[in-house]
Amino acid sequence: MKILVSAKRVSDPNARLHVAADGRWVEGDVEYILNPFCENAIEGALQLAEAHEGTETVVVGIGDEDTARFLRQGALARGIDRALLVNADEAAIDSDLIARIYAAVVAKEEPDIVLLGKQAVDCDSNQVAQLLAEYLGWPQATFASKIEVVGSEVRVTREVDGGLEVLGLTLPCVISADLRLNEPRYASLTGIMKAKKKPLDELELDDLGLGAATPKVRVVAMSTPPGRVAGVMVKDVDELILKLRTEARAI
Amino acid sequence: MGKILVVIEHDHGQPKKVALATVSFARQVAARRGDSIEFAVLGSGCAGVAEALTGYGATAVHVADNAALAHPVAAVWAKVVSDLAKAIGATAVAAAATSLGKDGLPRVAVRLAAGMASDVVALVDTKAGIAFRRPMWAGNLLGDVVIDTPVQVISVRASAFDVAAPTGGASPVQAFAASVDAGRAAARFVSFEGTASSRPDLNEATIVVSGGRGLKPERGGFKVIEPLADVLGAAIGASRAAVDDGYAPNDYQIGQTGKVVAPQLYLAIAISGAVQHLAGMKNSKVIVAINTRDDEPIFKVADYGLQGDAFVVVPELVQKLKALRS
Ligand SMILES: Cc1cc2nc3c(=O)[nH]c(=O)nc-3n(C[C@H](O)[C@H](O)[C@H](O)COP(=O)(O)OP(=O)(O)OC[C@H]3O[C@@H](n4cnc5c(N)ncnc54)[C@H](O)[C@@H]3O)c2cc1C
Ligand SMILES: Nc1ncnc2c1ncn2[C@@H]1O[C@H](COP(=O)(O)O)[C@@H](O)[C@H]1O
Repeated sequence: MKILVSAKRVSDPNARLHVAADGRWVEGDVEYILNPFCENAIEGALQLAEAHEGTETVVVGIGDEDTARFLRQGALARGIDRALLVNADEAAIDSDLIARIYAAVVAKEEPDIVLLGKQAVDCDSNQVAQLLAEYLGWPQATFASKIEVVGSEVRVTREVDGGLEVLGLTLPCVISADLRLNEPRYASLTGIMKAKKKPLDELELDDLGLGAATPKVRVVAMSTPPGRVAGVMVKDVDELILKLRTEARAI
Repeated sequence: MGKILVVIEHDHGQPKKVALATVSFARQVAARRGDSIEFAVLGSGCAGVAEALTGYGATAVHVADNAALAHPVAAVWAKVVSDLAKAIGATAVAAAATSLGKDGLPRVAVRLAAGMASDVVALVDTKAGIAFRRPMWAGNLLGDVVIDTPVQVISVRASAFDVAAPTGGASPVQAFAASVDAGRAAARFVSFEGTASSRPDLNEATIVVSGGRGLKPERGGFKVIEPLADVLGAAIGASRAAVDDGYAPNDYQIGQTGKVVAPQLYLAIAISGAVQHLAGMKNSKVIVAINTRDDEPIFKVADYGLQGDAFVVVPELVQKLKALRS
């Protein structure tokens, strides 16, 4: 089996971001982390590989040279076999183009499973896995909290509104990982040493036939939502009930 | 003049409130562009839903009634929606950003060569036409997105729009003979295990009582907030930590990566108020926080804060509310 996973760099969720001068992107003294959902995807691929001997795992990152850091530290050091970095300016591409890049990588690599995160916690789009599945004409299971191979089928438990749904997919397929899929492992010291020697190949959009591709959506302006004003502390339950009834008229 | 196709999610023969909020979104777009609105109802034995939708101003209600659509996988759902959109010449397709909408709409977008904006909360007029405003970075920033393709696909954050009221008139109901090629899906529905609850749906409730990691099972866990939800007629929600630790089912999770709610009243009990949690509730009308500490971030968004032990304060609150009601 061959599994393709993702590694996307996102800004730290607690970073203080502000809108850049052009009003279209953010800047600040930002620390970056690996998208938490990609960590779940990486862990998911490693567990499948451990359960199914002979499985090859490949991580794909789309971004600049700083993304390479996350491919090595977040994926290869944890045990992923090799990495591909697609050089692209993330600020100028949308989820649709990311999905087309993945589709081109899939055409080259021919994996059996593509395991992505359910969303990137910077833009919160929650689209790429689904777009990719449709571009490929493959079945999908999004928001996965459990993945098992049962015979010729991949059984995926999905976290959906109202409960849990189980789907059976035939290979090849696309899966997006939810947070409860697993607890991502830490890289071991030997893992970190080995990662330095593992292959990390770079690709340009031209290599994938996407040199002239344009995004379908554009962010034209960014703003900060109006903040909420902190309210008051009440001293006891009686005062809380009184305020809720007379002031807020909420009960 | 374009045509907006709104996919209506339904339950027990009625459109869900999130679907009617999506209708409000569509009306705002239509008012700006002079578009007409049509509805799509997908399901098995769902003709009654179409009846309930007449009078909401749609020029047509299309019903794809097919046994294969009882539990459609995304590939099948998206094929039916996009086939219908093509058949009527839709210029926009919208649905609520529920787990169903999130799962299927991107595939609809690919099939229509359309760009897609997720989780839209408002419209903004720009020189390039309507921009769709959407929260990013856990709602710390808002992005205004322009979709450059002839057809546009939008998932709508229902909590940001009012539930549409009927406007009168009739909407002709039309059967759409969906071609459901189950083979194409290469995915099959195996099972669904619902979270049993007699309380209101989180997406529909006017009051939400949420519990966090402070509600330790050894002290009674979420049982302490159940009577409060009962006396208020509220839905129960949870922080991710409470779900991860098994105190509450996964579909109770509120936040950046769970459900987004904006009820009239939100009670956060033993929840610290991480950015990811705030992303799912900070637009509630009135927020109450109950916490043993008085310096947690939740108090920065709460209208009323009460410092105290939930296992003491909540039963007292229940008892006094009950006394008021009787
Ligand atoms: C990628 C990602 C996505 C995430 N998505 C979400 C999301 O969608 N939703 C979400 O909620 N979180 C999400 N999180 C997790 C989030 O960062 C926090 O870890 C989580 O919200 C904390 O939950 P909590 O407030 O219940 O727990 P804690 O932070 O542990 O807070 C527990 C609180 O209970 C109080 N307390 C303890 N005992 C009592 C008592 N007896 N009475 C009253 N108060 C008491 C404590 O003072 C404390 O304030 C996400 C995290 C990541 C990395
Ligand atoms: N720049 C990127 N590089 C690698 N993977 C990405 C990138 N952007 C998105 N992805 C993958 O697509 C998933 C969903 O992203 P999104 O649809 O943008 O929320 C992420 O969790 C990643 O797995």
